Amino acid sequence: MTEAAYAALAGEWRRRQTRRQAALALAAAAILAAFAYAGALDLSRYADALPTIAQLANESFPPDFSRWREWGRPLLETLATGVAGTALGAVLALPLASLAARNAGAPVWLNEIVRFGLGAVRSLPGLIWGVIFVAAVGFGPLPGVLALGVHSTGMLGKLFFEALEHVEPGPGAALRAQGASRLGVFRFALLPQALPRLTDALIYRLEHNLRAATTLGIVGAGGFGLEIVTAFHLFEYREASALILVLLGLITTVNFFGARLRRIMLRGH
Amino acid sequence: MSMLHLVPTPAFPPAAPALSVDDLCVARGGRAILRNVSTSFAAGAVTVVVGPSGAGKTTLLNVLNGLVEPSSGELFATELGPLRGADAWAALRAHTATIFQDHALIGRLSAFENVLLAFAESRHPLSLLPWPRFAREAAAKALEEVGLLDRAFERVENFSGGERQRIGIARALARGPRLLLGDEPFSSLDQPLARRLGAELRTLAVRKGVTLVLVLHQIALARALADRIVALNDGRVVFDGPAETFDEAAEQMVFTLSPSHRKGC
Repeated sequence: MTEAAYAALAGEWRRRQTRRQAALALAAAAILAAFAYAGALDLSRYADALPTIAQLANESFPPDFSRWREWGRPLLETLATGVAGTALGAVLALPLASLAARNAGAPVWLNEIVRFGLGAVRSLPGLIWGVIFVAAVGFGPLPGVLALGVHSTGMLGKLFFEALEHVEPGPGAALRAQGASRLGVFRFALLPQALPRLTDALIYRLEHNLRAATTLGIVGAGGFGLEIVTAFHLFEYREASALILVLLGLITTVNFFGARLRRIMLRGH
Repeated sequence: MSMLHLVPTPAFPPAAPALSVDDLCVARGGRAILRNVSTSFAAGAVTVVVGPSGAGKTTLLNVLNGLVEPSSGELFATELGPLRGADAWAALRAHTATIFQDHALIGRLSAFENVLLAFAESRHPLSLLPWPRFAREAAAKALEEVGLLDRAFERVENFSGGERQRIGIARALARGPRLLLGDEPFSSLDQPLARRLGAELRTLAVRKGVTLVLVLHQIALARALADRIVALNDGRVVFDGPAETFDEAAEQMVFTLSPSHRKGC
């Protein structure tokens, strides 16, 4: 290597290094600005924080489970809202994902339209969908199911089409070469290959939706969330902490079974 | 040790050109992959395609099963005439099976389930019913043929490269094809097994009038199996004749021709 060639290489390397450092500095400045704008750098705001939290923790202890008999129904409501909402989202998301995936036979313009639609649905938070559906169908778990279903469609649709696009192209080509239809290729080559990833997305979403179903209670979709908020409003912190522990137990249980299901899917039958 | 029961009686007379291509050109990304290829593939005979890597052998096979659309030129099938439009292609593909170089199997499904995919058209995609009985029987027979029936329910990802290749062969045979295309179908097999399966495919072609087209890189095996050899170099047919006329000189010529940059298509 000549001296000049090395100098050129070193120069280019330094230019790239400078560009990378400038980008990092810019990102750091943006993050700092975000904290400042949120008031996080104003230390006086923290003066009372720790004692207040400590007092709250103190008043929440020990957790009060005495009203547990009355929690069964709201807990089931929340569970049902989460499960039904996730199922509704998955049923709507899978066909949409098959239209959005580049490798499932739909033309690119349709891929783009469906992707845009999924993005639009997803960009409205579940709580807003909750408000909309409470207005549409009234109070109770039903608006919760619809809100979670619609919002999950947007999110699962994206995760699903990405999962579909990750599959090996060979098996699908093999089916096309023997004359299988687009739907056949989707069903017999794409779906079986994508199934572990699809299940993964579904379990993750179920977990998310059980938490979301709780918060939806606040906007009138009933369930366990309403119990927690009510306890807080009545300053029943010991009951609130008990309710939160129950919720934690529920979600941990779902995670446990989700992880097992995932293992089974990956191991096969 | 017979795979013949898997194959329906041919409807066309043996030795007739079952499939031919005329002035075929394939270009991808501005680069010509096949240039003015004209040849034919006889029923009841074995045509072996040879040539250096990158010569366009796989592309030629994938034109024959419709996975690659030629930029110009035409295909003819004896019974179907010129292959234009979806109906003609569907009719051809219904009797076509391909053995892929990379096997094209689904790793997390069992060997049996993979072979069953040979019958994907016999089951509606939205059907919740199990695979039809005839499909299950044919899949089992095909797996027995390649010696893997006892491992039918193991996941394909647990099989070795050679075993996967045999599953790919089983899937193709299970269809009872009248056009059987093999892209390096024996590349991961040891010599004796390659020879045995090659001989069986040959018997299948001759007895049942199957149009057998194999891409092979082992020239000795190609000579042993082929009735006719088609050699490609840089996308062009540089040899096309009876296997016995493919001598040392012809082989030398095929594998040493320098790629020409003369644009044909």
